[in-house]
Amino acid sequence: MAMVSCRKAFTKKLLEQAKQNIKLYAVTTDSRGSVTLADFGKELPDRLIEFGIAEQNAVAAAAGLAKTGKNVFVSGPACFLAARAYEQIKVDVGYNKTNVKIIGVSAGVSYGPLGCTHTTMHDYAAMRALPNLRILAPSDDVQTAWLTEVLCDLEGPCYVRMGRGDVERIYEENEHFDLNKAKEVYKGNDAAIIACGEMVAPAVKAAELLRERGLQVRVLDCFSIKPLDEVSVLSALRETKAVVTVEEHSTLGGLGEAVAHVAVENGRCAPMKLMGLPEEVIIGKSKELFAHYGLTAEGIAKTLLGLLSYSISV
Amino acid sequence: MSVDLKTVAYERRLAVLEMVYRHKSGHIGGSMSCMDILASLYYRIMDVEKIKMWSPDRDRFVLSKGHCAEAYYSVLTGVGLLAVEELNTFTEFNTRLAEHPTYKIPGVEVATGALGHGVSLASGMAIGLKADQPNAHVYVLTGDGELAEGSVWEALISAAKYHLDNLTVIIDRNRLQISGNTEDVMPLDELSAKLSAFGMYCLEIDGHNYEAIEAALRLRVAGMPVALIANTIKGKGSSVMENIAAWHHQIPNEKEYLQIKRDLQCVLEEE
Repeated sequence: MAMVSCRKAFTKKLLEQAKQNIKLYAVTTDSRGSVTLADFGKELPDRLIEFGIAEQNAVAAAAGLAKTGKNVFVSGPACFLAARAYEQIKVDVGYNKTNVKIIGVSAGVSYGPLGCTHTTMHDYAAMRALPNLRILAPSDDVQTAWLTEVLCDLEGPCYVRMGRGDVERIYEENEHFDLNKAKEVYKGNDAAIIACGEMVAPAVKAAELLRERGLQVRVLDCFSIKPLDEVSVLSALRETKAVVTVEEHSTLGGLGEAVAHVAVENGRCAPMKLMGLPEEVIIGKSKELFAHYGLTAEGIAKTLLGLLSYSISV
Repeated sequence: MSVDLKTVAYERRLAVLEMVYRHKSGHIGGSMSCMDILASLYYRIMDVEKIKMWSPDRDRFVLSKGHCAEAYYSVLTGVGLLAVEELNTFTEFNTRLAEHPTYKIPGVEVATGALGHGVSLASGMAIGLKADQPNAHVYVLTGDGELAEGSVWEALISAAKYHLDNLTVIIDRNRLQISGNTEDVMPLDELSAKLSAFGMYCLEIDGHNYEAIEAALRLRVAGMPVALIANTIKGKGSSVMENIAAWHHQIPNEKEYLQIKRDLQCVLEEE
């Protein structure tokens, strides 16, 4: 199975698009290495604007640059962009509706061994409350490349979250996606797993494990956290017996709460469990932390089985 | 025939007074201190017709000290970018004219009001314009209290790095902020040396001298952004307010309103 990181798929596609579109700019914060923008810098040096370790200035200046008709991709570690530059994202990007794409890489627990200064448990929650901002989290390199191409032509502000490591490929090359629709990876009416970002891969595997036990589990890849595809989410809540949400984020304010919001607003409170991470995690590599906090295929399957047995018993 | 700047500036000050007094909102002290700069920009320096057409090669202006929106609005009405009647909606329910500029107002490039963003926004614009609009210039007006925001200095070093000679940073140096004297709240002393050390071509001017303001706004230095320290008087135009920190956002009572109005009209009647 192909293993490519989302950030590499992003920068490869961005460079390819930028060669044909002079309005595309990349902005970095001494992060061209971590984002993998070195090739962009070599090939299109005039359109890679380096602001150094200064996220606030980088985001606000990107908004100013966008105001002159450019489509600006500001990339850097999510832990810094989504926290240090929060007011600039709120005001200069969101409120002002500027054509800026904030690309937060190495998010979640990608930097687990580096400690909580470098983890990003809050970005979905923080960004969801800002005006005019799409929030996106692609799940593999194929989806990331597709999404990058879409964003190169999409007017308006977005926050895009990616991890650091190589991820298993979920989709076939040329898979069809719709920006406004969650991707249904598996059909099924016994239960549903709603996941985003790099948690889609273990969600898919969990569904495969459960299929071996005779359960048909629907898997929704909600790569767009805002706006959320409420139609698909509500269908999952209505048509299945239990729903588990999975995200590499605090269970406060992220995808799980967005799904719960849809459930409550529509009076459809199916048995549901929000899987994610605490706001402060212990130190460890991401795989170790996923295992510790149950964010694995086995952990998701076990949670879903527990929920189903509860739902059958009541 | 060009208009008399002093007349314009004091008529605009009177409009600010009416907005603040009628709607019991606003930041009158700073609006009065920056008025001569704003009037110079919109009546002498920038091509307002290009702004009206939203032409890609128009000059850009960013009011980083967004709390002085009423000064900005009164100038925008003066040059015909905004209807005079709209000033009556200042801070009223569902208006476009909030106490800080919103992005929905004709002629306004960006919404501002959170301090420390404007120089970054303006430098981003300057980078973009350098690529395809070499004749457009970017002006940004900041407060002096605002300079305590670290992001301003991030923006200045990057403006120098990118040789933004199409950028002019104007500092409304009225030496007062909401809590008192800027030098007590957070000293900016040796400001000129600081700005120069950060790579600006720095010039200090009398921010109420129209000839000095105009000459400084026309200054271009190859490869360098220009920073103008405009020494001004908070509450300029009336002895009721001048150099008193409380007038950062104090609302005049009836007696004060009448006195300020008389003071401003007196200046207008001077030969």
